[in-house]
Amino acid sequence: MMRFLLLFSRQGRLRLQKWYTAISEREKKKIIREMTTMVLARQPRTCNFIQWKDMKIVYKRYASLYFCLGVEHEENELLALEIIHRYVELLDKYFGNVCELDIIFNFEKAYFILDEFLMGGEIQETSKQIVNRAIESSDMLQETMEEYMSKPAF
Amino acid sequence: MPAVSKGDGMRGLAVFISDIRNCKSKEAEIKRINKELANIRSKFKGDKALDGYSKKKYVCKLLFIFLLGHDIDFGHMEAVNLLSSNKYTEKQIGYLFISVLVNSNSELIRLINNAIKNDLSSRNPTFMCLALHCIANVGSREMAEAFASEIPRILVAGDTMDSVKQSAALCLLRLYKTSPDLVLMGEWTSRVVHLLNDQHMGVVTAAISLITCLSQKNPDEFKTCVSLAVSRLSRIVSSASTDLQDYTYYFVPAPWLSCKLLRLLQCYPPPEDGAVKGRLVECLETILNKAQEPPKSKKVQHSNAKNAILFEAISLIIHYDSEPNLLVRACNQLGQFLQHRETNLRYLALESMCTLASSEFSHEAVKTHIETVINALKTERDVSVRQRAADLLYAMCDRSNAKQIVAEMLSYLETADYSIREEMVLKVAILAEKYAVDYSWYVDTILNLIRIAGDYVSEEVWYRVIQIVINRDDVQGYAAKTVFEALQAPACHENMVKVGGYILGEFGNLIAGDPRSRYVPFCLMFTLLFFFSLVPCLLTCSQKLRPQSRRCCAAIARSATQMLNCSSELRVKEFHLQRFWSPFSQATVLEEMPPFPERESSILAKLKKKKGPGAVSVTELEDSKRESGELNGAGERGPDPSVMAASNASTPSPSADLLGIRSAVPVSAPASSGSLLVDVFSEAGPTASSGAVNDDGFLRFVCKNNGVLFENQLLQIGIKSEYRQNLGRMYLFYGNKTSVQFASFTTTVILDNCLQLNVQSKPVEPLVEGGAQIQQVLNIECLTDFSDAPLLNIKFRYGGALQNLTLKLPVTINKFFQPTEMASQDFFQRWKQLSQPQQEAQKIFKANHSMDTEVIKAKLLGLGMALLDNVDPNPENYVCAGVIQTKSQQVGCLLRLEPNAQAQMYRLTLRCSKDSVSKRLCELLAQQF
Repeated sequence: MMRFLLLFSRQGRLRLQKWYTAISEREKKKIIREMTTMVLARQPRTCNFIQWKDMKIVYKRYASLYFCLGVEHEENELLALEIIHRYVELLDKYFGNVCELDIIFNFEKAYFILDEFLMGGEIQETSKQIVNRAIESSDMLQETMEEYMSKPAF
Repeated sequence: MPAVSKGDGMRGLAVFISDIRNCKSKEAEIKRINKELANIRSKFKGDKALDGYSKKKYVCKLLFIFLLGHDIDFGHMEAVNLLSSNKYTEKQIGYLFISVLVNSNSELIRLINNAIKNDLSSRNPTFMCLALHCIANVGSREMAEAFASEIPRILVAGDTMDSVKQSAALCLLRLYKTSPDLVLMGEWTSRVVHLLNDQHMGVVTAAISLITCLSQKNPDEFKTCVSLAVSRLSRIVSSASTDLQDYTYYFVPAPWLSCKLLRLLQCYPPPEDGAVKGRLVECLETILNKAQEPPKSKKVQHSNAKNAILFEAISLIIHYDSEPNLLVRACNQLGQFLQHRETNLRYLALESMCTLASSEFSHEAVKTHIETVINALKTERDVSVRQRAADLLYAMCDRSNAKQIVAEMLSYLETADYSIREEMVLKVAILAEKYAVDYSWYVDTILNLIRIAGDYVSEEVWYRVIQIVINRDDVQGYAAKTVFEALQAPACHENMVKVGGYILGEFGNLIAGDPRSRYVPFCLMFTLLFFFSLVPCLLTCSQKLRPQSRRCCAAIARSATQMLNCSSELRVKEFHLQRFWSPFSQATVLEEMPPFPERESSILAKLKKKKGPGAVSVTELEDSKRESGELNGAGERGPDPSVMAASNASTPSPSADLLGIRSAVPVSAPASSGSLLVDVFSEAGPTASSGAVNDDGFLRFVCKNNGVLFENQLLQIGIKSEYRQNLGRMYLFYGNKTSVQFASFTTTVILDNCLQLNVQSKPVEPLVEGGAQIQQVLNIECLTDFSDAPLLNIKFRYGGALQNLTLKLPVTINKFFQPTEMASQDFFQRWKQLSQPQQEAQKIFKANHSMDTEVIKAKLLGLGMALLDNVDPNPENYVCAGVIQTKSQQVGCLLRLEPNAQAQMYRLTLRCSKDSVSKRLCELLAQQF
């Protein structure tokens, strides 16, 4: 099971946080701080896994963003890396050449896409097509709504 | 793709986000946020009812502000209102806000639950999924109470959409994990198992996480899942890479599902049904075979997915631990990974092999990789990989390879990362004890351990060696002899002194035959003095003296008094300090007493600092410490009389002797020498203390390249350096000894006095976490010869206070020596050539350290010159030759050191082709012997 997913920039700015277990805000802030300093301090070409407390930290850098996943001990590290990769692919498919700015300005979308892919710290759907279709259909709903909103009222 | 969704949805939000991004400072950002918060608050409070769109926009802004790290204490109600909107996006934002920012306000939870209940019964799959997500995200007990019985129904209902089934399975899993008592097993459980057969791979993937968790808790109820899992796995493993369409990930069929199936099987013993087992073994073999096939893609995703399945299969093989053939194949496969160019695979292979080592079938196979693993320990760049290598060495250790493994671990300890030293020390101690065939090896190992990593040797470890020595009389004589030898070293770790004190206290009589054993009482005396200085520290700092330490003190005190009393020439009453002293300075047990972990007296530290040419400006550091107040607390006191009294009162009766000796000594001693002993006492504070390293730190590195340069309560700075020709590289390790982060950590190398060097470094990370260590590399180039050393200024914030200290970096001219071997004739010829008066520098000085031959030789070698044998006609003298390499020139140097043991004096002569070098070397070296 995954415990959390954090996205942060090279400067340590947090871009997205998702927690799959109930922990206090204080604890969250502490973990975020530790993760950013720990991961940012890693040298290039070291391994992508860190043993941290009772968790495994699996992280990967994509351009200016670090994706950092905290998983439980029995979890498979290599697949955790691929969970990160698949999430990046989903973002990329949705935004088209996703960059950090897309995630900043459309943070709610980044959360929605994540929710279609993972739930409660487990994989819900691995098929890229199905996840994309779900996101698209919710956007369709939204579009209809926007249209409805912009209509002059009687 | 829907272009409309990319921020166009809420223009106000996009504007706000760019405003925030344009803020030049933290203050400006906070100002902008506060303005926005006030705006939103007034909108929410305003009498005009907000439309859904505005509500959504403001809630989204609040969410953004929260995610920036600011607290949000309103807006929950508006978010809950959004939940009951029948517009999808409003609902979606409402749920997102609740998921991220849920408040334990019970009134609110009731409202949220109501909204969820409506959505669950709406039969609109999108709304149902949103509601299920919210339950899974919040996962509180109230929600479990409200929905734990409803969700299983949704999960197994015939008409539920696949996407809802997936969400329901994972939602139920979350509730089961947080409140297992509320999720009742029922007829749905058997139907859940059959989801393993579902046509929709996404449903199987989601359901299997739930099934695995339920099986772990109720294995019997779910055991039918084994055969279902095996057949599903077999279908996936044997499928072509295109069969599963979008569930094929980079040419690997359904990697996530495969791994989850393999993990589910690890909840159970091997299948009893022969056919099922046969099919499973076939699957495992296929997976192992596939690992040998050429990759279908060069992408790392392909190999990761493929290897993930392989590692999971190996875990299952190890879990079954019943198929020797598969175990050995697994081991061979991992063996290949040990040398793979991907660091990730090496790491995982080391980790996986650790478990393989504990199986009787594969233990021997794992052992064949010992050389590779030792190599990994030595050469891996990544500390976490080295840590895994150490773990594996520990796991594969048995009687046959224990000596090799322990030796390798010990040598690794010398350079090991601070973060893992303590664990390594424990491992070595455990292995040494477990596999000791002869206990002299055990004693040697533990003493080495203390020598190499004394700071990390916990009480448990050194108590244990004493216990073992006491319990085994065949090793007592050896132990006494060895610790006695060990205590002759110029610097002993505190723990070494403790162990030595104890063992000599108990068994010192066993080495009575040794001609040097007349020193034993002195040794004991010094351990005694040592303990004296230790006791008050222990008392003030921890208020508790461990019974063992107390016993240890008592034992030393007892034997010391006995020995002193029985030996007629050393009666306490006729204690002649002068006579007593001189042999002692030879033994130098007290000299360079290792640092105490305890606090030091700041007054003593200052005194000490004034004595030497201050290289470290501890003053500033200490001043700021005092300002910050709570840093040192009451511990910052030397052994003051009241404390001594306290120690007296609380130690058991044998310590009365102890104090007796102490008070007897100054009284019976002549006044002049009495002050000497007083010196010992006052010295014990600062030498042992952490802060006042200053110039000593510098001088200690003239003849060595590695070690701890500086240490106080906050910071430890370790050094490793290497030099070649006129170039050097120095690794500085800054260790945060506290549990609090150091902020704005900066280091600057100051070359003002030392322009003959060129030093380059990269800035360090500005944050040093509590307990963490960071590294900095200095590249040093020697342009021409030099006298002064570069300075290192370190600034950081600890708590609120700015810490500032300056150290002298131990870069000395002798570091650029290249040893030159030459015959006696050549030496004297060159000696003669360098006969101009200014080329020679000479100094006669009193010995400050042991005059032991081996110690002197070690120092001269550490100096970097070649130590020439059979050159000087007097075999007592030492003769060295070397060339100093600088960028602009080479300087030939010859050295002669003539000790006079009777007078405890040395005469040091240097002749170099450059005058300034002779002078500088002479100054440096005169303080080393």
